Amino acid sequence: MSEFSLWDIVYNLLLAARWTVLLSLTAFVLGGLVGLLLLMVRTAGNPWVIRLVRGYVELFQGTPLLMQLFIVFFGLPLIGLDVSPWVAATLGLTLFTSAFLTEIWRGCVESIGKGQWEASASLGMNFTQQMRYIVLPQALRIAVPPTVGFSVQVVKGTAVASIIGFVELTKAGTMITNATYEPFTVYGCVAVMYFLICYPLSLFARHLEGKFRHVAR
Amino acid sequence: MSLVELHAIHKSFGELEVLKGIDLSIDEGQVIALIGKSGSGKSTLLRTINGLEVIDDGVIIVDGKKISDRDADLLGLRLQVGMVFQQFNLFPHYTALENVMLSPQVVKKQSKAEAKQIAEEMLAKVGLADKMMHYPDQLSGGQQQRVAIARALAMKPKVLLCDEVTSALDPELVNEVLAVVRQLAEEGMTLVMVTHEMRFAREVCDKLVFMHQGRIHETGDPETVFANPKTPELASFVGGLA
Repeated sequence: MSEFSLWDIVYNLLLAARWTVLLSLTAFVLGGLVGLLLLMVRTAGNPWVIRLVRGYVELFQGTPLLMQLFIVFFGLPLIGLDVSPWVAATLGLTLFTSAFLTEIWRGCVESIGKGQWEASASLGMNFTQQMRYIVLPQALRIAVPPTVGFSVQVVKGTAVASIIGFVELTKAGTMITNATYEPFTVYGCVAVMYFLICYPLSLFARHLEGKFRHVAR
Repeated sequence: MSLVELHAIHKSFGELEVLKGIDLSIDEGQVIALIGKSGSGKSTLLRTINGLEVIDDGVIIVDGKKISDRDADLLGLRLQVGMVFQQFNLFPHYTALENVMLSPQVVKKQSKAEAKQIAEEMLAKVGLADKMMHYPDQLSGGQQQRVAIARALAMKPKVLLCDEVTSALDPELVNEVLAVVRQLAEEGMTLVMVTHEMRFAREVCDKLVFMHQGRIHETGDPETVFANPKTPELASFVGGLA
């Protein structure tokens, strides 16, 4: 059996951490896009669509992320779609992220007063123009801190992708542990790496919160 | 033919019927004040004229065109009918100039230069040529309201609706806004305003409309209405103010 030095462990974990970052970014960007779309159709206000989006949000907020990944990973093959762990993980996390982001953003949009909608409507703007020029620019400023804060949850959420066999940071940790029988060292390193990714995001979110709190415009 | 015609307008909020069949016509160049106690339906009536409140029954005709609540109609209506609100409702993330330029650019598809020229003209008209680069939170209430008037005017509406435009202002700022409204009236702008400024209404308006419990209770030229109210409700309303 080959010997693993601490450097070997760290080096291999770092390689795997790239996948954690990539998966987080992909899920966050795609989830953000889907979330924005859901936000638009929801705000536009057809009662049926609102109910549907609310159900979607409840579904993803009310079930463990792990179950969501299982259902995507084992469910899609049942309808004839064989998906790789990467695709399943991306899809699952995207849906998860979109549900949370759309809910966070809904709160931000609703915090924009009725007067802004009425004033822009009275100037002849249609819904898309109102959203684009009046509501979203203001809502975005409020939304940035909680959105960045949520990105931390996404990064940590990628760990469950290890269970469906996607080799990211956590899965790599498990594999290296199986080879080295040094779980404490390996998982200790894994934890430090998650922390190094997440902590700057948390700091950034807190910084933005302070920055935007007093900004009226 | 009148510029705006309202026929048998009905509007309820849930169980509460706020407009119980309103007929009103507004001629071009006319300056009309809607007065009455709070809850009499005057603000709601004003808001139906540009579709911010959807009516339950009745007909609205603007410039010869019947308005339904279809979106396209509403947008067309709002190009004819501008509105100024009690709370100004400026867009806080844009400067005064941008507030005024936005709609001509976005809705009327004017070029930036064109929109800017009109916006500068309108802001100068309301006496704010030196405040164009200020954000709303850097302006006093009176200045914000004047920007809001300029913003509505930049769309070149045929009618301007004013919903208690001085009610949210500190007393010393009321006059600068009223002066702008008076100037518009003198220039021949068609104005419909909900107001509690009775002296102003008496001086500036051609026609006073007294609303009471969701109906137009009494109407006429200001001098007559104030001097000889025909109904006890108006008498007590006017008397209560004196």
